[in-house]
Amino acid sequence: MIEITNLVKNYGSKFAVDDISFKVGKGEIVGFLGPNGAGKSTTMNILTGYLSSTSGEAKVGGIDILENPYEAKKLIGFLPEQPPVYPDMTVDEYLNFVYEIKHCKLNRDKHLMEIRMVTKIDDVRHRLIGNLSKGYRQRVGIAQALVGNPPVIIFDEPTVGLDPKQIIEIRNLIRNLGQNHTVILSTHILSEVQAVCDRIVIINEGKIIADEKTENITRVVEENRKYNVKVCGPQREVQAALNGIPGVVAVEATGERDADSYTFQIEAEKGNDLRKALFYTMSEHNWPIIGLEAVGMNLEEVFIKIMDADLNRRR
Amino acid sequence: MLAIYKKEMRTYFTTPLGYVFIAVFLAVSGFIFAVSTLQSQTSDISGYFQLMIFGYIVMIPILTMRSFAEERRAKTEQILMTSPVSITGMVMAKFLAAFTMFAMTVLASCLYYLPLLKYGEPNVAKAFGCLIAMLLIGTCFIAVGIFVSTLTESAVTASIGTMGILVGFAGAAIFNNLIDTYIIRYVLSWISIYSRYVNFTYGIFDIAATLYYLSITAIFLFLAVRVYERRRYA
Repeated sequence: MIEITNLVKNYGSKFAVDDISFKVGKGEIVGFLGPNGAGKSTTMNILTGYLSSTSGEAKVGGIDILENPYEAKKLIGFLPEQPPVYPDMTVDEYLNFVYEIKHCKLNRDKHLMEIRMVTKIDDVRHRLIGNLSKGYRQRVGIAQALVGNPPVIIFDEPTVGLDPKQIIEIRNLIRNLGQNHTVILSTHILSEVQAVCDRIVIINEGKIIADEKTENITRVVEENRKYNVKVCGPQREVQAALNGIPGVVAVEATGERDADSYTFQIEAEKGNDLRKALFYTMSEHNWPIIGLEAVGMNLEEVFIKIMDADLNRRR
Repeated sequence: MLAIYKKEMRTYFTTPLGYVFIAVFLAVSGFIFAVSTLQSQTSDISGYFQLMIFGYIVMIPILTMRSFAEERRAKTEQILMTSPVSITGMVMAKFLAAFTMFAMTVLASCLYYLPLLKYGEPNVAKAFGCLIAMLLIGTCFIAVGIFVSTLTESAVTASIGTMGILVGFAGAAIFNNLIDTYIIRYVLSWISIYSRYVNFTYGIFDIAATLYYLSITAIFLFLAVRVYERRRYA
């Protein structure tokens, strides 16, 4: 549905987007992740025809955005970083304007009502956008991108300015959209990508540094497994015993303690599941294990790891 | 394009801008009209139109200053530029909206002529010619204003910039009298919007001048389109 090939955008010697290529299939939700100034917005602006690229191609539905912008733009709904809303229009006037400017040919009243319903802005439909709060304005911006049911929807930081309940609602909305739309969203909130996206593209300084399925992304930075184990027993002895288990690389007291129990973080060799050995060793000493959990790397850690690795590679 | 035109027209009336323009225009033109015809006891209104050109220099920028500058400041241009609308269509829609406002107001100010018909013997054909010339001059000025508005994010900068260019256009004839070199005088009077207008005041429909006004309009609208196209590459 979306095809980007060797896309470059430079401002003089500064490369905002530096030779990136990726494809997004139909019905996929792709998260575009990266620190500030990584080139996320630039890529999206090129894809939607707001900016032009220095070189390379961007195709939407097989149509090149530079060669045939008129047809390509019909396929795209876009929410830019700042919702492009006119403060002196009411929500209804604005959505009608968007409906007309996009040359939609649907049942207008029904279509716009559905959009107001899913974005939960029906109660403010007669109010001036200028008088709405940031969260509502953002939702009007999202509504705008949905007008005309475009097959490709591009959101640049869709949940900025929303309260936690709204964030969850919008995420659900995006997930539902993914069933019959192609969605690209950019964010620097990692948990959001994890919650919503099928695939993650990490971009830094204009280059793609990771492009993986969400569930695989942690595998990109394969690491030793870690466990948090909570044991009733004397701290020093327990720690020594833990260290003695074959396959343990490191043991660290987390400092967390209850009346008679301590929590340790143990790091096991790659591919070595030492939970059984752990159980037997502790039971030998009559130190009951009252808690054991595997510490999975969360996306934040993965992200920082990948960024660091990228930095090192450049040096 | 129609959608943008409608949106622009609505903006003129949902913000104070349209009302301010109409009010200022009618006040200024009413005053100039009273001084140049009633007070001078003449039914010849070409003097009124001549003075109005200078009124336009101040008033037309009010009409055009926001058109692109405000969109750019509020980042609403993104929805225009990512929708299936050509840049030419966008510029034309904004131009036509400003022109509609201007033409409506000029036509409303035609009410002033009615007393002349009753109490004097105005040359109707001549007045009609002048009116057309004024609409053409206004069209030029609007195109200049639209162009300057594409250059900046600030409506105030746009309006002052527009005034500057318009003063140059209209004032070229005034500088003319101060210069001896023939060639410079020739060029200046060629550029001057003001000196082109003279034939109309004699009751002559000057096709060359009409073409001149329309060309200036086309050039500035073309430049506005180019500015927007170029910005995508910047």
